[in-house]
Amino acid sequence: MKVIRPKESLLALREQEELEDLPNDYPSSTSEDEGDNGGERKHQKLLEAISSLDGKDRRKLAERSEASLKVSEFTVSSEGSGERLILSDLLEPFKTSSTLATVKKQLNRVKSKKTVELPLNKEEIERIHREVAFNKTSQALSKWDPVVLKNRQAEQLVFPLKKEQSAFAPIEHVLNGWKARTPLEQEIFNLLYKNKQPVTDPLLTPVEKASLKAMSLEEAKMRRAELQRARALQSYYEARARREKKIKSKKYHRVLKKGKAKEALKEFEKLRKVNPNAALEELEKLKKARIMERMSLKHQNSGKWAKSKAIMAKYDLEARQAMQDQLARNKELTQKFQVASESEEEEGGTEEEGDLLVPDVVNEVQMTSDGPNPWMVRNHSGGEKQAEIQKDPEQLPEPVANEASESEGEESPVAKEEILLKEFEERRSLSKKSGLNQDAKPVGRQETKDFSSQEVLSELRALSQKLNKDNHQSRKQKVSSARTVLPVQREGPAREEEEPLLLQTLERAKTLEELDKEGCFQNKELSRPALEGKQLEKNPDNQPSAPKKKRKEQMIDLQNILTTKSPSMKSLAVPTTIEEMEDEQERDQKQMIKEAFAGDDVIRDFLKEKREAVEASKPKDMDLTLPGWGEWGGVGLKPSSRKRHRFLIKVPEGSPRKDKNLPNVIINEKRNIHAAAHQVRVLPYPFTHHQQFERTIQTPIGSTWNTQRAFQKLTTPKVVTKPGHIIKPIKAEDVGYRSSSRSDLSVIQRNPKQLSVRHKKQLKKN
Amino acid sequence: METAPKPGRDDPPKKDKLQTKKKKPRRYWEEETTPTGAAASPGLHRNKKRNRELRPQKPKNTHTPKKSRISKKPQILKKPREQRNPEPQRSLSGAQDPFPGPAPVPVEVAQKFRRIDKSKKLPHSKSKTRSRLEVAEAEEEEISVKAARSELLLAEEPGFLEGEDGEDTAKICQADIVEAVDIASAAKHFDLNLRQFGPYRLNYSQTGRHLAFGGRRGHVAALDWVTKRLTCEINVMEAVRDIRFLHSEALLAVAQNRWLHIYDNQGIELHCIRRCDRITRLEFLPFHFLLATSSETGFLTYLDVSVGKIVVALNARAGRLDVMTQNPYNAVIHLGHSNGTVSLWSPAMKEPLAKILCHRGGVRAVAVDSTGMLMATSGLDHQLKIFDLRGTFQPLSARTLPLGAGHLAFSQRGLLAAGMGDVVNIWTGQGKASPPSLEKPYLTHRLSGHVHGLQFCPFEDVLGVGHSGGITSMLVPGAAEPNFDGLESNPYRSRKQRQEWEVKALLEKVPAELICLDPRALAEVDVISLEQEKKERIERLGYDPESKAPFQPKPKQKGRSSTASLVKRKRKVMDEEHRDKVRQSLEQQSQKQAKAAKPVGARPSALDRFVR
Repeated sequence: MKVIRPKESLLALREQEELEDLPNDYPSSTSEDEGDNGGERKHQKLLEAISSLDGKDRRKLAERSEASLKVSEFTVSSEGSGERLILSDLLEPFKTSSTLATVKKQLNRVKSKKTVELPLNKEEIERIHREVAFNKTSQALSKWDPVVLKNRQAEQLVFPLKKEQSAFAPIEHVLNGWKARTPLEQEIFNLLYKNKQPVTDPLLTPVEKASLKAMSLEEAKMRRAELQRARALQSYYEARARREKKIKSKKYHRVLKKGKAKEALKEFEKLRKVNPNAALEELEKLKKARIMERMSLKHQNSGKWAKSKAIMAKYDLEARQAMQDQLARNKELTQKFQVASESEEEEGGTEEEGDLLVPDVVNEVQMTSDGPNPWMVRNHSGGEKQAEIQKDPEQLPEPVANEASESEGEESPVAKEEILLKEFEERRSLSKKSGLNQDAKPVGRQETKDFSSQEVLSELRALSQKLNKDNHQSRKQKVSSARTVLPVQREGPAREEEEPLLLQTLERAKTLEELDKEGCFQNKELSRPALEGKQLEKNPDNQPSAPKKKRKEQMIDLQNILTTKSPSMKSLAVPTTIEEMEDEQERDQKQMIKEAFAGDDVIRDFLKEKREAVEASKPKDMDLTLPGWGEWGGVGLKPSSRKRHRFLIKVPEGSPRKDKNLPNVIINEKRNIHAAAHQVRVLPYPFTHHQQFERTIQTPIGSTWNTQRAFQKLTTPKVVTKPGHIIKPIKAEDVGYRSSSRSDLSVIQRNPKQLSVRHKKQLKKN
Repeated sequence: METAPKPGRDDPPKKDKLQTKKKKPRRYWEEETTPTGAAASPGLHRNKKRNRELRPQKPKNTHTPKKSRISKKPQILKKPREQRNPEPQRSLSGAQDPFPGPAPVPVEVAQKFRRIDKSKKLPHSKSKTRSRLEVAEAEEEEISVKAARSELLLAEEPGFLEGEDGEDTAKICQADIVEAVDIASAAKHFDLNLRQFGPYRLNYSQTGRHLAFGGRRGHVAALDWVTKRLTCEINVMEAVRDIRFLHSEALLAVAQNRWLHIYDNQGIELHCIRRCDRITRLEFLPFHFLLATSSETGFLTYLDVSVGKIVVALNARAGRLDVMTQNPYNAVIHLGHSNGTVSLWSPAMKEPLAKILCHRGGVRAVAVDSTGMLMATSGLDHQLKIFDLRGTFQPLSARTLPLGAGHLAFSQRGLLAAGMGDVVNIWTGQGKASPPSLEKPYLTHRLSGHVHGLQFCPFEDVLGVGHSGGITSMLVPGAAEPNFDGLESNPYRSRKQRQEWEVKALLEKVPAELICLDPRALAEVDVISLEQEKKERIERLGYDPESKAPFQPKPKQKGRSSTASLVKRKRKVMDEEHRDKVRQSLEQQSQKQAKAAKPVGARPSALDRFVR
């Protein structure tokens, strides 16, 4: 609309003007020669005026510079008013002359030039210079940073830096450089060279090598013929392949593919009969192909072609057929190979037949996909043993059940657990039947041990170990905490009669290496069962790890520790009883008396002592109350409790004593000041925590604890200088740089002005 | 200080030279003469040991493995050299080194020599610190590998008596062993019939070459017991309570009825120390040059024998002290008291470092094994107990003996000998540093008199027993460390070597005040004084120079860094920090709760492993 409207208005205007112009025309027509010219110009002006009406640059009112008869309403002057006068125009003569052109140029140049800016003041210039120089220098110096860092971190610096060329040169170089001088030498050398005797590699002379490589003429011919034939065959084959590749018939390709597939299947069948291993491999490949297929969406209905076919399928039978084909193919490819699994089973069967003695459990163990399961392993071994010893009919169904459970992956652990427990129960009953008293003293037990009991024992041991391990795994975060074995011990009472047995086995199964791993706390725990035997179960709450333990309990515990019935020793050689000197006898009697009267006193005394020690080591509260300060004072008056409470400074509770949970130990908590004087008390620079520093000083340096080599390495000096050599400052060549840094710097310093202009610009840009 | 896991350091320089030589091209004429490094240096000792080892000449009851099956570790040898780079270096002559590069070291052997416990978590460290730590760790690893490699040079392996199926080794008597072994070893079993001068105490020198013994009735003698050459024999005409060699066999301390006397190897009295009176037991701490004496008056006195000064006299306040032993690992003195406690002493402290209640009756004997992990005590309650000394001091095993053990001794390899009346029983454990199992004795021996002193000879499979009928030297296969450190305690050293060693040992003398329960504590920073100093410094400066500077927002471009926005940014950072703190504390709490919530009493289920 906007576009159209100006046009319309313009048309209207035009008409109007024409109407108005009509009377004007009449006078002008009187003078005809002028009329043409004037009319044209007027028309031009008019057009301009009109066009300027709607535009933004509305024509300014032209100044009237000359007198005229008619004054247009639209301020259209007769003469061109907007033209500017250019200076050079005035100069322009009628004829062009070269001299004036130069003047014109000069004039132009004068006009284009601006005024020169004021120069910067001195300080500013200097500052800029400094800045630039600093940047340059730091850039030039920064390339030394890695060198400096390397030197700082280097274990050892050897000065002077320039290394001498090692005097040893490889023997080849020596030999090359060597020349025979004396006649004898020359003679020998000539002989050697004539024979081409090897100088460096003494294995074979070149002649020998050549002779080795050479072959007879016939052989060479044959070889050539062979090669020719091979080449020809290859070219034929290539040509054929190229031809076949060009064939566009889909049917042909389909047939070809089918044929190939059939052949492959046939081959596979053959292989299966001849070489089952290879067949298996093939199978693997097929499986892989299937997996790939399943991964890809190649034969799904998601392809471009498939989609187009899907649209067409409604109407086109062929397309439908093609789609079905594709789906079938997809199914075929993604289907699991039934044949393969069968063959596997067959193999398993043969295995089973192969070793009749080994129960199914073995296979099952091997087949479990989730790695070596310790439960299963143990189970397997146990089962095996069991099977070997007592071919119980009851045992047999178990493995089968196991297998069944194995197929259902989720339930299997539970089932195994149950089976294990069942087995355990059975064995226990067995051991009961055999009437073995496991609680008997070790001497007696050793004598009465029979085969089956040993078996049971080993089983139990394995079980307890297993349980222990499980506990470890579940509580890995607090290995150091004392409770790791606790569950095992707790488990004891659950299996009523088994407890001592379990404990004993536990004790025996542990070696010190294990103890080491478990830490010292563990140790204590372990020692308990060994010592206390049954008592532990009777009062299970006296575990030393239990933090809220009362003194009374402690007392009981201590009693336990000291008064346990440890197994008595039955030695081969019993010491002969006293028929010795009198003083010996006397002493023995004294000892007897002491024994009789010692007993409880010892423990009570010790506990008392410990209490005192604990009290003494506790920091005391500070009482700052001043009696009579701020209130009445005098004899018999005590400061009020509020006041006392206010001025009592309580000491913060320190860390718990080391022997808090050790009833039979008093550990002195006092600091060894003399030893502390030898300890490090200032952290060196890069370390922020004392543990970090401690780690770096863990390794002893002395030759007592290290091998000679290690000792030397540990005590190498940081800087090694060669006596009698001048140590020059490091140069660029020493560290593999080209020396140019100096010159760079000098350049800057020599002509700073030139640079400064450039940099000034840079600065301005910034 | 620390003697326990000492890598063999008699690393002959020859070996190193060999290694460096390998890199140079080897000439064909050199191939034949490559020396086999290990055989060269400890040759003498090896021969000796071979002789001592039992031969299976009489297989009836002494099934004697030349190199025992139990303790032998075939892993070192078994580790094949397969991991080498397959491309052997070609030398000039065309001959190839089939096994180029250094020999691989099995991890578990190197693990033995590791010092840094990497399981301990360190606080977060800056990159510079981290690089230092990494360097230290790498160094330690390299050194441990070197040490493990040099273990190859420990050519000797310990052997044990092994009974045939069901045979009890305790039934094997000394006569059988003597019959089975070679002459040189058989000569190490002997009896000295000295009925005249009463029950004997005895002591072997550090190197195990010399034996000193003193009878109750004043008979003092020292001899080179291997060659049976008597160095001196005197009668001090006074009751002898105890006898002990000082740092070398040239000096002999004898606790006599009144005072402590020191004799030289000629039997000449050098000193009479009257400040140590009525001494009952003597103990010498070789690395500190301290002679610890316990007296009837209840004083434990430390005498520095290098300068002849009494370092400290400690009152144990527990009556007569007649049971004393030293812990060879940390040089702490263990005293046994009549109230059933064992107290641990160091010269730096006036009070005992620890007190352990061991028996209901009085303590009769105490022994500590060479690794410092185990302590065996026997009391009047006829019990023999083995305690764990690593912080907990709890009994590991206990056993009642028919008459109780009056004397106990640990061998270098952890065998425990107990003298009970006139019988000596010896128990073994599994390997070194494992507690001896008290179930079945390894060996027993009946003597002609009551036992009065027991000591295993260092570096020889021999147990010396002093009794009322004289001295008996028993053969105990597998008792001693088969490899000795030639620079530390060389049984075959000459006089000159001894003098050299003496000087070196004196230079390396450890100050007495460094004795503490954990010798490795010296490698720790004194945290208390560190904090103290830090506090003082802060006080002095008026601010904490190490504290993290409060966040100062950088001025942003024009218009953006108004005061309000600055404050806002500051607050943001503060809040972030605070949130971090809260998050951490929450995590800790939840962990604690999780710990507490774990059903302690419940039976562990097999399903526990699936708990996440």
